[in-house]
Amino acid sequence: MTLVVENLSKEFELRDVSSPALVSINLEVQDKEFTCVLGPSGCGKTTLLRIIAGLEQPTSGKVIIGGEVVTEPTPRLAMIFQDYSLFPWRTVLDNIAFGLEMKGIDEIERHRVASRYLDLIGLCGFGKNYPYELSGGMRQRVAVARALAIDPSVLLMDEPFGALDAQTRNMLQKQLLEIWDKTKKTILFVTHSVDEAVFMADRIVVLTSRPGTIKEVVTIDLPRPRDRTSQDFASVRRYVLGLIDEQLPIQ
Amino acid sequence: MLPENQKWWHGIRSKSFLLKIALPIIIIISWVILSALIDNEFILPSIVSVLIVLSKPFADILGSGSLVGNALVSLGRVLIGFAVAAVLAIPLGIGMARNAKVHDFFDSTIQVFRPIPPLAWVPLALAWFRIGLLSMVFIIAIGAFFPILLNTLDGVKSIKKTWIEAAHTLGAKERQVLAKVILPGAAPTIWTGLRVGFGIAWMCVVAAEMMPGTNSGIGYLIITSYNWGQVQVIIAGIIVIGLIGLGIDYLFKIVERKKFMWRELDR
Repeated sequence: MTLVVENLSKEFELRDVSSPALVSINLEVQDKEFTCVLGPSGCGKTTLLRIIAGLEQPTSGKVIIGGEVVTEPTPRLAMIFQDYSLFPWRTVLDNIAFGLEMKGIDEIERHRVASRYLDLIGLCGFGKNYPYELSGGMRQRVAVARALAIDPSVLLMDEPFGALDAQTRNMLQKQLLEIWDKTKKTILFVTHSVDEAVFMADRIVVLTSRPGTIKEVVTIDLPRPRDRTSQDFASVRRYVLGLIDEQLPIQ
Repeated sequence: MLPENQKWWHGIRSKSFLLKIALPIIIIISWVILSALIDNEFILPSIVSVLIVLSKPFADILGSGSLVGNALVSLGRVLIGFAVAAVLAIPLGIGMARNAKVHDFFDSTIQVFRPIPPLAWVPLALAWFRIGLLSMVFIIAIGAFFPILLNTLDGVKSIKKTWIEAAHTLGAKERQVLAKVILPGAAPTIWTGLRVGFGIAWMCVVAAEMMPGTNSGIGYLIITSYNWGQVQVIIAGIIVIGLIGLGIDYLFKIVERKKFMWRELDR
């Protein structure tokens, strides 16, 4: 399902002074595409994702998914937060089954579906555990499974690996690509890490610093699995890094 | 095999256990000495005469019923008053935490009424409801209301915003967010409010039963014993009040440990 962001702007009111956070963002994400939104911190990339998810309203412009304008959260767009936001009073399996429970699906069926996603993220055997018994990386995988279980068209991911150490991060990047390959979901992935974006994305949307506008959309056509140590990878990485560095104010 | 420091007898041998029982032992010894010195059952009865009363918990005392019988009557009253308080305070607390208008509408009034001790309502309760169950329930409910309300408010406010947002993106409607996220998320704090509220309700019932014209309950038994000069029954009654309060608090804590462990462990 195609996701379209049309001429979207957002202003925040701070003590009666409005300050622009995002200015005329136009974006089209194709079905099954992996897109990264990359930008320096404070550029409004999280705000953009929240507006797309229907959690915030744009000041002008609109978000369209499958021909319908998004005004509130919809199960077509599943959001994954940086802090995992798992429900700590629920077991892992019941966390994954949450969306199905909201739809009124009976317990046997939703546990059956949830177990399938538990397998997909490689955590079968952890269904009866509680989130606090898992490591950060495992929790974020559960959050991915919880989002996938409602069978959304698009996964929106807000710096999902930002709180994890480098090794766990690299491992989860690979796992997410495998999951993406198996489920063929459209993914919109926000990050401030150039390395992460170049490793994962089909296309990188580079934002300028605040107020955020689209500086450039970079298509990455390196074959997967990508080799971080290859020369091609390094040159793409250098190019994208250059786009980000240009915007930093000169001291 | 459990490690040495987790075996059951370790608790008894440990220094902290000795420290914990030191003061009660000092109190009991002082009691024995003082009661022997004073040698007046109407001021400080001997520990033996109190134990005799406690050893017959089902025996009728001065035609006013038994220790256990009266304690059960008191417990029944507390449960009614406590239930009334919980039914009013929990929804109000959720409403105030979720909606700024509801909060502003109630907040100033609550701040005025909160510092009033429940027993200050006794004369009004008597004037409005006469002596009887209704006036006692009124006082108990007032006592339990505020801790439940304030903890509910606190618990709902401390719920992570992303829990609610995650629930919305997973397709939850407002009512489902309330039942499946807000209530379970705030439950540990609400439970703390119920525990504190029950403790206050238990204090209130004993005082309310000392109102003139009451004819049952552990508070009534104590005040009647005073009128008959039966100090050993007063002390036995006080011990029963303390033990029941302790026991109920312990039950609350067990549930807390079993059901709400996630609050401590979730980082």
